[in-house]
Amino acid sequence: MSEFVAGWPILSIVTFLPAAGALLILLSRASARGENVGYDNGVKLLTLLITIATFVASLFAFAAFDFRNPDYQLQESIPWAFGASYAMGVDTLAMSLVMLTTFLTPICILASWVIEKQVSSYMVLFLILESLMIGVFCAQDIILFYIFFEAGLIPMFILIGVWGGERRVYAAFKFFLYTLLGSLLMLVAIIYMIAVAGTSNIPALTAFAQGGGFSPDVQIWLWLAFFASFAVKMPMWPVHTWLPDAHVEAPTAASVVLAAILLKMGGYGFLRFSLPMFPDASHYFTPFVFLLSVIAIVWASLVAFRQVDMKKLIAYSSVAHMGFVTMGIFSGNEQGIQGAIFQMLSHGIISGALFLCVGVVYDRMHTREIAFYGGLVNRMPVYAAVFMLFTMGNVGLPGTSGFPGEILTMVGAFQVNAWIAAAAALGVIFSAAYALTLYRKVALGNIENPKLDKIADLDAREWVQFVPLVIATLIMGLAPTYVLDFTANSAQTIISQFAGAAQ
Amino acid sequence: MQFSPEVLIVVGPLIAAAFAGLLQRYIGDRVAMIVTTASIGLSLVLSWPIFIDFVWGEGHEKLIEIAPFIHVGDFQSTWSVRIDTMSAIMLVVVNTVSFLVHLYSWGYMSEDPHKARFFSYLSFFTFAMLALVTANDFIQLFFGWEGVGVASYLLIGFWYQKRSANDAAIKAFVTNRVGDFGFALGIMAVFFLLGTIQFFPSSADHAALFSGVVNGVEVPGLLHHLEGLNLTIGSLSVPAAELCAVLLFIGAMGKSAQFFLHVWLPDAMEGPTPVSALIHAATMVTAGVFMVCRLGELYHMAPIASGIVTIVGAATALFAATVGLAQNDIKRVVAYSTCSQLGYMFFAAGVGAYNAAMFHLFTHAFFKALLFLGAGSVIHGLHHEQDMRYMGGVRKPMMITWAMMTIGTFALIGFGIPGLGGFAGFYSKDAIIEAAYGSSGIGAQFAFWCGVTAALLTSFYSWRLAFMTFEGKYRGNPDAHHHDDHAHGDAHAHDDHGHGHDAHAKPADGTAPAHESPWVMLIPLFVLAAGAVAAGAIFAPYFLGEHAAEFWNHVVPLAHAEGGHHDFPAWVIWAPLTVTVTGFIFAVIFYLWKPGAAKAMAGGPVWAFLYNKWYFDELYDFIFVKGARAFGDLFWKVGDKRLIDGLGPDGVAATSNFFSRNLRRLQTGFVYHYSFIMLIAAVAFGAYAILAGIGGGR
Repeated sequence: MSEFVAGWPILSIVTFLPAAGALLILLSRASARGENVGYDNGVKLLTLLITIATFVASLFAFAAFDFRNPDYQLQESIPWAFGASYAMGVDTLAMSLVMLTTFLTPICILASWVIEKQVSSYMVLFLILESLMIGVFCAQDIILFYIFFEAGLIPMFILIGVWGGERRVYAAFKFFLYTLLGSLLMLVAIIYMIAVAGTSNIPALTAFAQGGGFSPDVQIWLWLAFFASFAVKMPMWPVHTWLPDAHVEAPTAASVVLAAILLKMGGYGFLRFSLPMFPDASHYFTPFVFLLSVIAIVWASLVAFRQVDMKKLIAYSSVAHMGFVTMGIFSGNEQGIQGAIFQMLSHGIISGALFLCVGVVYDRMHTREIAFYGGLVNRMPVYAAVFMLFTMGNVGLPGTSGFPGEILTMVGAFQVNAWIAAAAALGVIFSAAYALTLYRKVALGNIENPKLDKIADLDAREWVQFVPLVIATLIMGLAPTYVLDFTANSAQTIISQFAGAAQ
Repeated sequence: MQFSPEVLIVVGPLIAAAFAGLLQRYIGDRVAMIVTTASIGLSLVLSWPIFIDFVWGEGHEKLIEIAPFIHVGDFQSTWSVRIDTMSAIMLVVVNTVSFLVHLYSWGYMSEDPHKARFFSYLSFFTFAMLALVTANDFIQLFFGWEGVGVASYLLIGFWYQKRSANDAAIKAFVTNRVGDFGFALGIMAVFFLLGTIQFFPSSADHAALFSGVVNGVEVPGLLHHLEGLNLTIGSLSVPAAELCAVLLFIGAMGKSAQFFLHVWLPDAMEGPTPVSALIHAATMVTAGVFMVCRLGELYHMAPIASGIVTIVGAATALFAATVGLAQNDIKRVVAYSTCSQLGYMFFAAGVGAYNAAMFHLFTHAFFKALLFLGAGSVIHGLHHEQDMRYMGGVRKPMMITWAMMTIGTFALIGFGIPGLGGFAGFYSKDAIIEAAYGSSGIGAQFAFWCGVTAALLTSFYSWRLAFMTFEGKYRGNPDAHHHDDHAHGDAHAHDDHGHGHDAHAKPADGTAPAHESPWVMLIPLFVLAAGAVAAGAIFAPYFLGEHAAEFWNHVVPLAHAEGGHHDFPAWVIWAPLTVTVTGFIFAVIFYLWKPGAAKAMAGGPVWAFLYNKWYFDELYDFIFVKGARAFGDLFWKVGDKRLIDGLGPDGVAATSNFFSRNLRRLQTGFVYHYSFIMLIAAVAFGAYAILAGIGGGR
């Protein structure tokens, strides 16, 4: 199959296929003369097909990709103006995140079937968002990266601001302001780096930095500027409060994308830029990041325990889980970094699935209030079973994908600082408390609320939505080694870049 | 990938559980029950020959590596099935009890509307437990460890309509997680120090398995490499073996319900009785003991950690026995008894008598499962009455159950004549008490006295249970259904007991209006009773006596391999029998001869203290549950809302109000225009900034 795609700009195809689809929908709307239900359904189906096609295209890229090769692959480069270029390429880290994105987007589209307001606009935005997200992971030029990274804000901002819940405007602006503020600092740093290094190519910049191009003092400032952006994206404590609000107001599919993919850009950024380009500063700031990570784990877990809104609870649990990721990344050893990458992928699937679980009952009852529900297992046994599996995944039960990431990041951190690992392990206790309490309140007991008397179990569309996620959770839980082997090369490279410059 | 019968023993129950669980709607209850029971039966048939091979045959140790689990650098966990003396013992214990419990459940759960789900959970539990005992590394052990935890959670909360059951399930899981906190840190410490998480080398070469000597004892594993190492954390430097052993023991305390982390086990009785027998008596709760013995070479070189194990075990043995004196729920009495017996196993391991600990685990599985299933038979016969105050006079209508329970009681109190022989518990419990007496380890003498005292109390509460349940006149329950355990949520479950409608009218002769249980429930009792009678006498020479060295084959360090009673003073040898008989006499006085005396005692402050389980629940609720809530609220309402948001985004609320007015225009339509305009603007802005920057830089 690799011969088949040879010579094709496969990464560009994967990246821009959704955007092309968006264009197609816009054109169709121009000729449709007025919207109606039939047209809306057509658009939904078309969007689904486009995202599936994107997934298939990414499979071709995956097939052409050699995971034993530690270098960037499937590279494309077209010179742009002023030394910048349109450069694409992926290593195993980026490839795995691209696959996560293309895998989840069709599921999001299925979850968006319930959207009735301005369907074609919604789908257009979603497709643009997918393009931008894939672009972030594929970009090999830091300017290109920045454009994708920033532009992704806009469709998400509009998705929350228009299709969101009651306080959508507040949430959308909180999201936008936080993330924009962080990235402006990053932009300044990027401009400085390009000016000094004379290149905007990421591998070239990395080589320049590895060669000692940025002095340790400069690294500190650059690291902080990048950190401002990535810490907000992650989100790390104390810049995490935008996330629960954004999640609560976002439509289901936007929540899924937000939790599953947008949050991963922070982790990706740390791994792609902070560690390899500013290794001295990364070493310097490791205790700081560790501290913030464990505060996030303990703090967010305890706050999650007190939430009355299902989505807010899961959002806070996301903050805690991302704490494991940052902790693993900055432990800088094989277990820590591999665990962090695995945790990012696993969290993408599990948190995405949990938001879909909330969406299922929200679509039926239009409330996310935990106290409204109770006893759902009586009417929705299949739903209850699915929800149970992902609850256990969230708790980090061995056998689900939630476990390897957690244990590996802790093992990694222990080798650097045992106290940090011990504090993080507290999160393992708390997560059980809040996740199982949520499950009990929503799913177990008798149905007390008469409004739930006729609530229906999963329909065919929802089955299709969940089955791939269930399979992925179990496979990644029982045979995580296939994923870990895949990402091993990137992890090794990053470790050597991080460790090498430290000496 | 290798395939062999040993793999089938472990994986078979998983396949059956998945089949029964996923397809329950299509195959129906009957098929689900047949498939799961048959798969455990197959595991049972395959595991006994392995055990027999270790007892009477050559004892072939094996390591079957199936597939990689987590391989990251030196952190290598592999799905494996390790067969040696330890796992052979556990295979027969788990599969035997599990099979009998499956069988028993055909009768006990016959009226439950969710039979397929129940059997699926039971089989899943069995799989997880088997994966635990056949692990060759910490991570597979942890997988099984958490797997049995989740099975326990699901089965405690099996009657999900019941709030108390759901709460008990969460309590069990979370308390176990507290233990797992220590366990996980222990694993991390071992890996940090040794660079491996395997127990034994993967090499199939038998000779290579005997890789070291600790304190003059040959050991087969890798953990002895910790000897002499120190772990430095900050300014602290501690002996590595001690630290790892203590951390791992915290995990064992959670799983095996030891003092401080015991609070979940009595509440776990909310689950159906077969579950209590299998998980909360015979198998899962012994996983902690199994782990400590499996890591014997680690504890063998960690005297302080072993001292902690001894003291915690001894304290639990005594504490749980005192609480058991005052409980009225028949299952709770047996549960505290389990807790207490697990304490015996731990202090045996703590004083280095790993073989005695494992032997008590082995015999205890038979008689405790017997007692639980017998209690279940009584509960079933009395239409789901669990409160012993409303029992009495059950012997006549349930002669078979009575006989089996009596055998179980004799085994539990460890009845036997030194030098002649006795019930199964006699061999293992006396060996433990003597080992404690003969040990010079930290806390060993404390453990000896706790053990003897607990034996007295065990005898008393066991006979109290037997007398309150079976003897005297039927007392009946004034408000029958309020104490009901069987919360099926739907009334028809009770109506199925057609013969039970007049149940609560007291017959004139004082016998209980009970009915004997069906054969499918009684046959498991017979098998377990046979074990409770004979397992001690048959296997003592191998676990403890003259054949111990060949039987154990260095898998656990054998400090007390010599066996026999000749080393100990006569009073030590006769002490257990003396206290056992004393306890019996007191029980006869209080519960048969002068029943009023017991009632007079109930209500005093000591009794209230015991009845309320030393107020642990209240204390923990105050500290941990309320504490977590308070901190959660503090971080959320003060931290996130007032401080972070108040100083941050909401401080610029005016700005967002300004923007929000403009945003409303977006909703009027043509969103895509805006999105493209903003996209283009962002690109233009970015490009401009960069170009300007580059220009300026040069």
